[in-house]
Amino acid sequence: MTSPYPLLSILGIVLGALTIAASLIYVERRLLALWQDRYGPNRTGPFGLLQVVADSIKIFMKEDWIPPFVDKPVFIVAPAIVFVTVLMSFAVIPVAPGIIVSDLNIGLLFFLGMSSLGVYSVVLAGWSSNNKYALIGGMRAAAQMLSYEVFMGLSLMGVVLLAGSFSLAAIVAAQRKLWFVIPQFPGFVLFLIAGLAETRRIPFDLPEAESELVAGYHSEYSGMKFGMFFVGEYMGITLISAMISVLFFGGWLGPILPGVVWFLIKTFCFISFFILLRAALPRPRFDQLMSWGWKVMLPLALANILLTGAAVLIWSQK
Amino acid sequence: MFSILRTIWYVFLHAFQKRITVQYPDEKPYLAPRYRGRIILSRDPDGGERCVACNLCAVACPVDCIALQATEDEHGRRYPDFFRINFSRCIYCGFCEEACPTYAIQLTPDFEMGEFHRKNLVYEKEDLMIDGPGKYPGYNFWRVAGVQIGGKKKGEGAHEAPPVDVRSLLP
Repeated sequence: MTSPYPLLSILGIVLGALTIAASLIYVERRLLALWQDRYGPNRTGPFGLLQVVADSIKIFMKEDWIPPFVDKPVFIVAPAIVFVTVLMSFAVIPVAPGIIVSDLNIGLLFFLGMSSLGVYSVVLAGWSSNNKYALIGGMRAAAQMLSYEVFMGLSLMGVVLLAGSFSLAAIVAAQRKLWFVIPQFPGFVLFLIAGLAETRRIPFDLPEAESELVAGYHSEYSGMKFGMFFVGEYMGITLISAMISVLFFGGWLGPILPGVVWFLIKTFCFISFFILLRAALPRPRFDQLMSWGWKVMLPLALANILLTGAAVLIWSQK
Repeated sequence: MFSILRTIWYVFLHAFQKRITVQYPDEKPYLAPRYRGRIILSRDPDGGERCVACNLCAVACPVDCIALQATEDEHGRRYPDFFRINFSRCIYCGFCEEACPTYAIQLTPDFEMGEFHRKNLVYEKEDLMIDGPGKYPGYNFWRVAGVQIGGKKKGEGAHEAPPVDVRSLLP
């Protein structure tokens, strides 16, 4: 299933992802305000929609300061990595039938690989900043990624077993009868938590933890380099939400409305849920995070694979 | 685990609650009549200055933002030659109002005093003076005080008995 207009869909997906990520700055502030009985930005333009423009003008105009004590090349490359890896992951996401940049037969593995590479950005940023808080943030990010990456991959194997393919388009097509969230509910919950940890969002924002580590790994960053981390984080949220809707909620599948609209609706629901979690939950302690990952989540993911595998085996025997 | 889900649900329910923000410049908040805001100097019902330049407000002021110079008119009435409040220092504590023996200095429900230049926050007497009696209508210090000034002899004040001829009390 290749796209009829490859360049058009590449452009559409890149621009779409960037636009959604940028507008999430506004959406997040408004939604957080909604859940905290406030208004949020509502002054610039209708409903404050021009806040995005104002914010981006501001961040582009900021001085791009590189502190003298940092490891300069690494310091500059680090924010680009998070951006590139997340944007690369968007290549394998099937937005609608035919609208996909590259329908890899190992799309899911490509996504997992790219999101794992994203951690380099954080660790290198923390290390090159030559700042103790940044370094602690980077180390936490590394430890968090290590422990959560494992069961993130494992939680998706149930989906792969059911669909019989690593291709994301094939996984969506396999959900025509039943969304995988029903047979794979544990996998969905596990992936949701792992995805949260992957995007370094509250409640798993220990790498940046404003209240303890100044701003964690991006303490020393300013201007558009900080903006790259910022937009990269929002793109990460969009990516994980898109992945959840593709893997567990049938991607573009839905009645009446066209596939793209269904995909966007589902993705936006999960983006909102991520923001709701930020409004609701506190940050766990670091050792709690690690022990949860290794002692609870990993065994659950393994049990899920075991049961799903057994079920698929019994099903196919009949 | 259950408490986490319950928290998420309760926070979600806040989406349907009324927002508590007051949209300030469009929607003015209610300020009580006794709100402590911009300081004014009031006049008595006859239109004269109430302030007798006793300096009690300047003494009571914890941040020393009030400066004044007493002087006297041809009738023997004390009044401030200049009266200056530096609102960039003022903490709106209201001690000056409490200290004032003549109800001259009063705090009003107005806080919109933003300025671009700090020196514009120094208010002189003509900026502070208002035309009315403020919170205490009908009160005239010079009428009730037993002080002799021009236009009011001894015993002519309100609630004041005419002076007694001490010689008539002799045995």
